[in-house]
Amino acid sequence: MTDDRADEGAATERAAPCLLDVAGLTVAYGAVVAVRDVSLSVARGEIVAALGPNGAGKSTLLRAIAGAQKPQRGTVTFDGRPLHGLTPEAVVRRGVALVPEGRHVFPNLTVQENLAIGGIARSDRDEMQADAERWLERFPILGDRSGQLAGTLSGGEQQQLAIARALMSRPRMLLLDEPSLGLAPLFVDRIFELVAELRSDGVTVLLVEQNVHRALDVADRAYVLSVGSVVASGATDTLVEGELERSYLGIGEAG
Amino acid sequence: MSPSEFAQQLINALSLGSIYALLALGLSMVYGVLGMLNFAYGELVTIAGYAMLAATYAGAPFLVVALVGVLAAGIASVLMELIAFRPLRDASFVSLLFTSFAVAQLIQGAFRQAVSVRARGIPVPELFDEALQLGPVRISVLSIITAGIGAISLVALTSFMRRSRAGVAMRAASADFTTARLMGVRANRVISLAFLISGLLAGIAGVLWIARTTSVNPTTGFVPVIQAFIASVIGGLGNLRGAVLGGFFLGTLEVFLQALLPGSLLPYAQAAALLIVVAILYVRPQGLFGQRTAAI
Repeated sequence: MTDDRADEGAATERAAPCLLDVAGLTVAYGAVVAVRDVSLSVARGEIVAALGPNGAGKSTLLRAIAGAQKPQRGTVTFDGRPLHGLTPEAVVRRGVALVPEGRHVFPNLTVQENLAIGGIARSDRDEMQADAERWLERFPILGDRSGQLAGTLSGGEQQQLAIARALMSRPRMLLLDEPSLGLAPLFVDRIFELVAELRSDGVTVLLVEQNVHRALDVADRAYVLSVGSVVASGATDTLVEGELERSYLGIGEAG
Repeated sequence: MSPSEFAQQLINALSLGSIYALLALGLSMVYGVLGMLNFAYGELVTIAGYAMLAATYAGAPFLVVALVGVLAAGIASVLMELIAFRPLRDASFVSLLFTSFAVAQLIQGAFRQAVSVRARGIPVPELFDEALQLGPVRISVLSIITAGIGAISLVALTSFMRRSRAGVAMRAASADFTTARLMGVRANRVISLAFLISGLLAGIAGVLWIARTTSVNPTTGFVPVIQAFIASVIGGLGNLRGAVLGGFFLGTLEVFLQALLPGSLLPYAQAAALLIVVAILYVRPQGLFGQRTAAI
């Protein structure tokens, strides 16, 4: 395991200050270690993918960064300040928002209310309302259903809502956990278009995906995780296919 | 049962039902957000009672006495969470359940030692004993006041939960606590708020309860907490709309069984009501409106 932050192929980004820095992170559920001594970094404005088979610890990694899971060891630094040990509600106030796996929209709240909860940490109510309206325009499907309960939306609509909700906090960094999981191809296209658009909005992205090819298309760099550890990393165009395949086919799966 | 008798009993049912509805709402509110059953909830009714007693001794008029009762229960509920439940935030359901039993015993014991085991009378306005004659129908003033205050409280709570930022945050937290926190909802704040509202509801119901019984003793809260529990289970625990409907259902059941059962069976009215509740839960274990989300 290297904790050398300068990954091969990241030469162009190296000059830019590193926004997120994860060092030696270990997370366990009881006796089951889900993430083992993982180090990674994301530069400002980058889109970085974390890939790997089921049980590789990708979701746990994102949840630990977001404060929803306490790490046993290691540090998470965002914009030069430590994030580890903070509650989820404090992490989002630092500018890091998570779109959880499985969307987790609030089914008993309307689309509008879901967006309002996304912006609950903000105090600029008028601007927030304007933001919500912008998102409803950007996702016309949601705009048509703004008064509808989120539980009545389709999976793809819920995913769009989950992303818009997280962006309502105006994060500097978005953590996306399996955004394309279980979606119809049309929605998958829409989601990846949006991820690409986030770059021009100035939002840095750490993306966890099962859909390796789509993720590699959109990301600048990728880390490959297997059984809780980083087994390969690099710029997406230089990542050797063989390394990816080995990690997917390789050794058993944990938690 | 004649039509006028029916109208009379209907008002009684609405009145008792609204007390049960408020009680069940308070219990469900905390369950929805925290997933915990607070068995010390009945003690909030007792605390409202003793606060009323103290205010009465201080010579306050009844309106002030009632207000003191409501506020005391609200404050006690928030303190209860801060002192007894917050240190156990991540403990199991059973640990929290037992803790709440312990808190209930502690509060009962404190009143037994500090005041008396015996009941103390709380004088209420004479108006409460009067009845209005509307044509052939005689309706007790207290029943009208109780039903009215119940209705106002329910409307106020509904609009708070729907319109205010904090109310929407509470509904989000009761649907999915972790995700609500990830979005920035402050866990401690939303839990304190749930306990505050829960306590205020227990306080309002407590004042209405004591206006009927006109006395308080260390175990005054026992029957209310049991009824609240039954009503919220009928409605589906954690479901706010269900809690209200469960409360009115239980109140109606009790009043009409009292009115309809022949004299010799009257002592069994309570048992008969519980039997019907058991039958309902046998068919629908999740309650009549059971899901684990606050649907108000």
